[in-house]
Amino acid sequence: MSSYGFRRTITGRITCRLEETERSLLANLTHQLVGMVQPDEPDEDQDPLAAMVGIDSDATRPTDPAVGRLFPDAYLDDPTASNDFRRYTERSLRESKLAHARTVLDTLASSGDKITLAEGAAGAWMGTLNDLRLVLGTRLNITDEGHQIPQDLSADDPSFGLHHIYDWLTYLQETLVQAMTGLVSEPPGDFA
Amino acid sequence: MGIAPIELDEPISDVDIAPDKPWVTIVWNDPINLMSYVTHVFMTYFHYSKEQAQKLMWDVHHEGRAVVSAGTREEMERDVTAMHSYGLWATMQKDD
Repeated sequence: MSSYGFRRTITGRITCRLEETERSLLANLTHQLVGMVQPDEPDEDQDPLAAMVGIDSDATRPTDPAVGRLFPDAYLDDPTASNDFRRYTERSLRESKLAHARTVLDTLASSGDKITLAEGAAGAWMGTLNDLRLVLGTRLNITDEGHQIPQDLSADDPSFGLHHIYDWLTYLQETLVQAMTGLVSEPPGDFA
Repeated sequence: MGIAPIELDEPISDVDIAPDKPWVTIVWNDPINLMSYVTHVFMTYFHYSKEQAQKLMWDVHHEGRAVVSAGTREEMERDVTAMHSYGLWATMQKDD
C-alpha cells in the first residue's frame, strides 16, 4: 500500500498514510529535533526560580545556524536587546517546540500505516514539520523560493538524500495545512 | 491634631500621555516557510481575514518583509515570540 499525504476524511478526521520506513525516518528526524530544542538543565548557580518561570540567564544567540533559525534574534541591529529578549522567551519557546515534537513521536509510536491525528495534535504536527524543514533547509542552504534539487548533484553526494527528505517534508506540511485550513500555496509547495 | 499634614503635591510623571504605540512587528521573507502556512499563521494568531492574511503574505513575498502588527513594546514582544513559535522570522523595532 503506497503512502499519501494528509487529507480530511468525510467525517472530518485528519489522516495520512505512511509506510513503516517513512514513519521511522520521521521519528528519527523528530528525535534529532528534540536534541536541538531541548533546554539545557539549569546550572547549579542559576536561580532555580528564574528557570521555573522560564527565564534563562545564560541565553545567547545559538552558534549552530539551524538552531539559530529556530530561535532568531528579535531585534535586527541590537544584540543586547536580542539577548535580553532571549533570556525571557527562549526557554518557553524551546519547551513549546519540544511539546510539539513529543506529540509527533507519540502519534508515530501509536500508529500503523494509517495515521489519524487526534484532536489538538494537528497543530503540533504542523509546528514540528515546519521546524524540521527550517533545520533541513538551513543545513542545505536553501535560498531559492521553489526548492529544486540541483541537477548536477550526484546521488553519492551526502546532501542528495536530504534534498529528497526536505521535499517530502514540504509535501507533508503542505497537505496538512490544506487538510486543516483549505489553504494552498501557489503553486503548491511554494514559499512565502 | 498632631497628625502631620498629608502632602498633596501633584504627582510628577514622565509618562507620555499619547497612546504608546510606536512599535511594530515585522515578518521577513524566507525561502522555507510555505505560503499556505504563513497565511494560516496570520489568520490564526492575528485573526486577520483570509484576504488580509493573504495580502500580508504576498507583501512578505514580494517586498521581502511586511509590518504585521503595531502596538506597545510589550505587545510586540508577545507577537514576535508567537511568530518565532510558529517558525516565522520576525523582528520588532520602534516605528520612527
